Amino acid sequence: MPTSMIHIEGLTKRYGNTEALRGLSFTVPKGQVVGFLGPNGAGKSTTMRILAGYVTPTSGTATVGDLDVVQRAVEARRLIGYLPENNPLYEEMMVVDFLKFIAEVRQVPVSQRSARIKSAVERCGLGQVLGKDINQLSKGFRQRVGLAQAILHEPDLLILDEPTSGLDPNQIVEIRALIKDLGREKTVILSTHILSEVQSTCSRVLIVSGGQLVADDSPERLTSSGDGGEVTVVLASKFNQPLDAAAVGTGLRGVPGITQVDAVAGEGGNTLGFKLRHGVEDPRRSLFEHVVKQDLVLLEVRRTQVSLEDTFRKLTGQGSDAQPRKAA
Amino acid sequence: MESALAIAKREFRTFFGSPIAYIVLGGFLLLAGWLYFSPLFLIGQASLRNFFGLVPVLFVVLVPAVTMRAMAEERKSGTLELLLTMPMDDWQIVVGKFLASLGMVSVGLLWTLPYSLSVASMTGPGAPFDWGPVFAGYLGLLLLASAFIGLGLWGSALSKNQIVGFIVGLVLCFAFYFVDKFAALLPETLGQVLEFLSVDYHFENIARGVLDTRDLVFYLSLTAVGLVLTTRTLSSARQ
Ligand SMILES: Nc1ncnc2c1ncn2[C@@H]1O[C@H](COP(=O)(O)OP(=O)(O)O)[C@@H](O)[C@H]1O
Ligand SMILES: [Mg+2]
Repeated sequence: MPTSMIHIEGLTKRYGNTEALRGLSFTVPKGQVVGFLGPNGAGKSTTMRILAGYVTPTSGTATVGDLDVVQRAVEARRLIGYLPENNPLYEEMMVVDFLKFIAEVRQVPVSQRSARIKSAVERCGLGQVLGKDINQLSKGFRQRVGLAQAILHEPDLLILDEPTSGLDPNQIVEIRALIKDLGREKTVILSTHILSEVQSTCSRVLIVSGGQLVADDSPERLTSSGDGGEVTVVLASKFNQPLDAAAVGTGLRGVPGITQVDAVAGEGGNTLGFKLRHGVEDPRRSLFEHVVKQDLVLLEVRRTQVSLEDTFRKLTGQGSDAQPRKAA
Repeated sequence: MESALAIAKREFRTFFGSPIAYIVLGGFLLLAGWLYFSPLFLIGQASLRNFFGLVPVLFVVLVPAVTMRAMAEERKSGTLELLLTMPMDDWQIVVGKFLASLGMVSVGLLWTLPYSLSVASMTGPGAPFDWGPVFAGYLGLLLLASAFIGLGLWGSALSKNQIVGFIVGLVLCFAFYFVDKFAALLPETLGQVLEFLSVDYHFENIARGVLDTRDLVFYLSLTAVGLVLTTRTLSSARQ
């Protein structure tokens, strides 16, 4: 019984002089939907290709369902459904013929073939395009064909390399919904450089930069910045008199949990705005009590989250794009 | 083996779904017909030997034209990534491509049956129709085609560019065809070595109706060498 779906340890990959991976390690337990995030050239595709068996690591190990992807390649690949970056397909084939071909190459038992194809077609919404040539399909439908191909053999693990790149917003929503649906029963690792993608689909985020892991956490934790957060408040006096910003600010500094107070623009008139930094605990309750005691009125309290973009930029800021990306 | 057959089937269908198939095979049939029948009309003579002597030269061009796409196109379109991540050993891809190519060449050969049969039936009055040479000739051609396909596939696997694949295949096939053509001018032992390396020499043996294991072993070995080289080149595409 495999304990983990993916286990990667000390993985390195060198292409000539380019070090694409420099000692990457992580484990993905069964059933997780993991977002694999990083700027271009971070090593996302390289990692996924190693897992899928297309690229051989320079050193380190990678196992899928406890099978080493180099030593027991064929068995490991049976557990994997893989959507490569750019989704290469046989352009001149009809969708239905392509899916039949994949079922045959994957040695799906003859008795189950048509049922598997039918179920993949239904899940990916390919019913109306079965008889079309792949080169006639829109980008969104192409992507669905790529996904159908990846789930045809009912794999335990789905590896999706930038599944939504190049799609229009409507298509992105559709493909994300499909991935979310698939994630209910499978382990999924999907790479992206679009941050909202992981927020909407993944329960865990791995951020890579320069071939190394720089963060491994839930999207929520990564966006709450761990050591507290910020609250923006807008205050007015009870009777609409002018307020002394300095005095009110000093008062706020005394509220338990508040670590820093900065004046910001209010809403005009006799209102005052403040940006408050706080520790791990939520300060809003004590803040409210303080304001009432001071005969002030709280017009607005807004928790400003640290965006994933900020975290991402902070973590991958340096050296991530140092190596120029070669054409594929 | 199931995967190899699936690949063979797909390749074969794709080939006959494209105009290249009709240009390549049509060109082969026209050329074979013209080269063969023109002496028939000019000097009123034709023999099966003439016919079977002609086809190997044409194969030097036909086979690389048939195999040039096989590997190069997978690399170029990126579908090789799909194939190389399927649960099968790399040789299955190569065997699949080999079987498909042999099928394509066989279709071309099938259409030459009217030529050879019409000649074979032009026997003297009362003489019985002799199937032997026809059968031996086609067997020899299939073996020769197998060897050329192995070489052509390797050429195709070397780059993304099918023209490069064609040229490498052409040069290799030509070399194995031409190698003994000046053997008579050389010292005997060297001449014999060159003869043994010549696909044409072994073909003539078989076409004569003498099925020697040495000829069989030669073709099968050359085919195997081509397929092994192709598999190695393919595996190195894994990076
Ligand atoms: N086939 C290759 N040959 C040479 N360098 C490569 C190859 N594939 C990727 N690289 C390099 O390896 C690094 C990581 O690439 P990749 O894994 O594709 O990153 P990502 O998918 O995160 O954008 C980049 O610097 C890229 O240029
Ligand atoms: Mg990539």
